[in-house]
Amino acid sequence: MSGPGATPRGAPAAPGSRIRIQGDTHPSPGANGRVHRSLASEAVFEARDVSVFYGRKKALAGVSLRIPRAQITALIGPSGCGKTTFLRSLNRMNDSVAGFRLDGQILYHGHDMYASNVDRVEVRRRIGMVFQKPNPFAKSIYDNVAWAPRNLGMKHGLDERVETALRGAALWEEVKDRLKNSALGLSGGQQQRLCIARAIAIEPDVLLLDEPASALDPIATASIEELMHGLKGRFTIVIVTHNMQQAARVADRTAFFSLDVAHAEPSGTLIEFADTEKIFSHPDDPRTRDYVSGRFG
Amino acid sequence: MSGIPDPSAPLTPTGNLRRRQVFSKVAEYGATAAAVLAIAVLGIVVYTVLARGAKALSLDFVFTAAPSGVGPELLGTSVIVLISTAIAMPLGVLIALFLSEYSGNRAAGAVRGTLDLMNGLPSIIIGLFIFGLVVKPMQQQSAFAASVALAIIELPLIARGSQEILLLVPDSMREAAEALGVARWRSVLGVILPSALGGIVTSTVLAVARAAGETAPLIFASSVFDSRHFSLNPFEALPNVPVMIYTLSEEGNPEGFTQAWGLSLLLVSMILFASLGARALLARSKRRMSS
Repeated sequence: MSGPGATPRGAPAAPGSRIRIQGDTHPSPGANGRVHRSLASEAVFEARDVSVFYGRKKALAGVSLRIPRAQITALIGPSGCGKTTFLRSLNRMNDSVAGFRLDGQILYHGHDMYASNVDRVEVRRRIGMVFQKPNPFAKSIYDNVAWAPRNLGMKHGLDERVETALRGAALWEEVKDRLKNSALGLSGGQQQRLCIARAIAIEPDVLLLDEPASALDPIATASIEELMHGLKGRFTIVIVTHNMQQAARVADRTAFFSLDVAHAEPSGTLIEFADTEKIFSHPDDPRTRDYVSGRFG
Repeated sequence: MSGIPDPSAPLTPTGNLRRRQVFSKVAEYGATAAAVLAIAVLGIVVYTVLARGAKALSLDFVFTAAPSGVGPELLGTSVIVLISTAIAMPLGVLIALFLSEYSGNRAAGAVRGTLDLMNGLPSIIIGLFIFGLVVKPMQQQSAFAASVALAIIELPLIARGSQEILLLVPDSMREAAEALGVARWRSVLGVILPSALGGIVTSTVLAVARAAGETAPLIFASSVFDSRHFSLNPFEALPNVPVMIYTLSEEGNPEGFTQAWGLSLLLVSMILFASLGARALLARSKRRMSS
């Protein structure tokens, strides 16, 4: 793309890996070093040279990264760079897309997610997802949250579970007097928080957020971001966002994806993965620098 | 290369514009007339049935048996249609679910095509088919045989109607349900079907309306009956409205004609009220879900 780096791969890449994540080979025992080492051993996801195809089209190529536990990891990058594709691969939501194929490996707590004995429903039971557009069910507020627990056999203390989830999603105070009303009567921001409540009601291990605030106004966006800080620690959160300020505000670690134009057919790829602060202040790769400084994308 | 000879001429039609405007008007009037005609046909039918049938109506007519009333026919038709819907609705909805939730494109196309063919099947053929398949082996006509025949008529209507509605359920609902780690069938039952329920009920009512007036299959399956007694037994031929209308109008008896018109009026009103009821139900469920 633009940028002076003529070499398609970042120079500091470790040998053997095509795009090695700077953060992983970042053992500097600086201020954050302590946090890092303990978490590096606690990767929730480990992607190993993951490529994704839709039919013959290569959407994503050679992504390797480790997503640490109980932190917020942001995936940023220009449109069409494969960040949403990567996110949806983390709970196998792409499986229903015609022609989808994944090469490489994604390990979840050390288990190959795409192994033949893996049950997709179980995957999503543990790895919840919130989508770009709020998509509450055409049910009451209460039933939106209670539906999945009920179906998963978590019927004991359902009322408390619903309340806890709604409190967790910072929505309880606004809806506690109208739980029986339709969820479709809520504002967009409230609907999105309801979707988050619905996702955390089944106590997943991971929450995947696909541009959760892109359809919301700034006030609703702020409340979603605040909410994410509250959820951090209890859940591992991976968020796709096209909003760099948002990534800078909420994420501990940030992965920058971009289009790799070195090949005849461009495909998305991971450029750099490091602490959010590093990505936004002194990234190693010139392409990252260009993007976060607003020179392209 | 402007086609306008004189830009300063008054703004009245020039060239072939006048002719094009005539065509335009003709097309507009034709379309309007066709629409009016459709409404007029329905209006004339309803008016005629109302005008000629109203004088036959009385409590006796509705609630007693022959010779003065048609109660057994109304009851019989209700039983037959109820059983046929009980057969066709679950099957039709399952077929619709197969088409919208489970099948690939190619299989769906084949099934859809089959359903459309089935929908175009002449009802007398279905009657013959049921005569050979059910009536003959059982050695007698029965309301059950009639119900199977009507179920065949209802099935494609319910399946296609429900499928169209299921297609309107946004994919974001399916994704939302899927992302919650709930098994597929539970998602279908808990999220997708409820969203489509109003439309499924409406298409079922339309199928019922169509089936309630079908005559040809009933002539084969349930036409030799005793209209002096009320009966609910589905394993004998039950008196029913369409065959009775047909019989009465064949008889050349003025009183029978009046009864036939009265019966027609009852049939039309039953269908009308069922449709209106279904619409009201649909509107209510929509309102409840969007406020």
